[in-house]
Amino acid sequence: MRRHYPQHRVIRPMGHQGNHGRLAASALFLAGLGLLLFNLVASIPFGHAPLHVGRAILERASGETGADNIVTAILLGYRGLDTLGEVTILFTAAAAAGMVLASAGRGQAQGEDAGFIFRTAAWMLFPFLLVVGAYIIIHGHLTPGGGFQGGAILAAAFFTPLLASPASPFNHRVATLVEGFAGLAFIVIGLLGMLGGGQFLTQLFGKGAPGALFSAGSLPVLYLAIGLKVGSELAGLMASVFGGKEKA
Amino acid sequence: MMTGLILHASAIGLLLTGIYAIAARRHLMRNILGLAVLESGANLLLVAIGYRQGGHAPILVAGQTPGPMVDPIPQALVLTAIVIGFGVLALALALVVRVKENYGTLDNREVAERLRAESREARS
Repeated sequence: MRRHYPQHRVIRPMGHQGNHGRLAASALFLAGLGLLLFNLVASIPFGHAPLHVGRAILERASGETGADNIVTAILLGYRGLDTLGEVTILFTAAAAAGMVLASAGRGQAQGEDAGFIFRTAAWMLFPFLLVVGAYIIIHGHLTPGGGFQGGAILAAAFFTPLLASPASPFNHRVATLVEGFAGLAFIVIGLLGMLGGGQFLTQLFGKGAPGALFSAGSLPVLYLAIGLKVGSELAGLMASVFGGKEKA
Repeated sequence: MMTGLILHASAIGLLLTGIYAIAARRHLMRNILGLAVLESGANLLLVAIGYRQGGHAPILVAGQTPGPMVDPIPQALVLTAIVIGFGVLALALALVVRVKENYGTLDNREVAERLRAESREARS
């Protein structure tokens, strides 16, 4: 049996029904936590990071992985398996959000068209966003950026037209396919590394010349896979929130 | 010294503000905004801890002798944290959309009361 609830009830401000105790408890907790954190941070003088593992990585990362961007070297070279887990978490969250929203009986376009100017501008931005996103992904081992950052820009390229007009085409099937194959590519590259008797995600190709586009072994390929996966995931997630016409 | 104090204080301040918004506020959107603020505070704190005086970004440039660089490990961790934070935020917002559709309110205590009432009804 379902009770009928009044809709849109006003939210009462805090402290109406004897919430002072709760407020005091939170204040006490926050003060304690703040004190703890301050003491913890004070033990590391600012500007003099201890660099226990960091120093070794700074010295050896470029020689061991071939990547000029040391953050990339850590992310894909030293803890590539963790990054695979991270991508899996993102995938799970996106899938769960899509599931939660899909059961609401959506799928049809929502919201209003933002008008001719916005629509045109969004489509004019589209190629530039694609190029910038691809550049950032492909140069992830040389310059700041990488698969996650570039993937977010790729997603923006597909998502901006949807913001301008919910009736813009968005092909969920292609997004899902790209996402699946990108994830598969990451795992296949990892498994190929094991063929030569190495461990999961052992570098496949040579390290190449430092600073060259084709260097750092399989790291750029892995970042390309991550970029495509993140891009299609984010775009699909946004599209499932904001609608978007299904293109058959 | 002063910069460090300001950075650490603002990072911890953001952390505490986020926790306050999650624990003491009743509006679900504010809880989620608190989560976002909490995350940025934690990320700022981590990156600030990895800073070195006069350090550069941990990226080698061809043809230049590398100067002192900041600790790259917190940066890699924060990159991970940002990505996961995005996923958590997206899922939380999707759930809030459903809560609003089902209960017509975004007051978390009211939603909790109704959930309790519904489970009581289901039992009886």
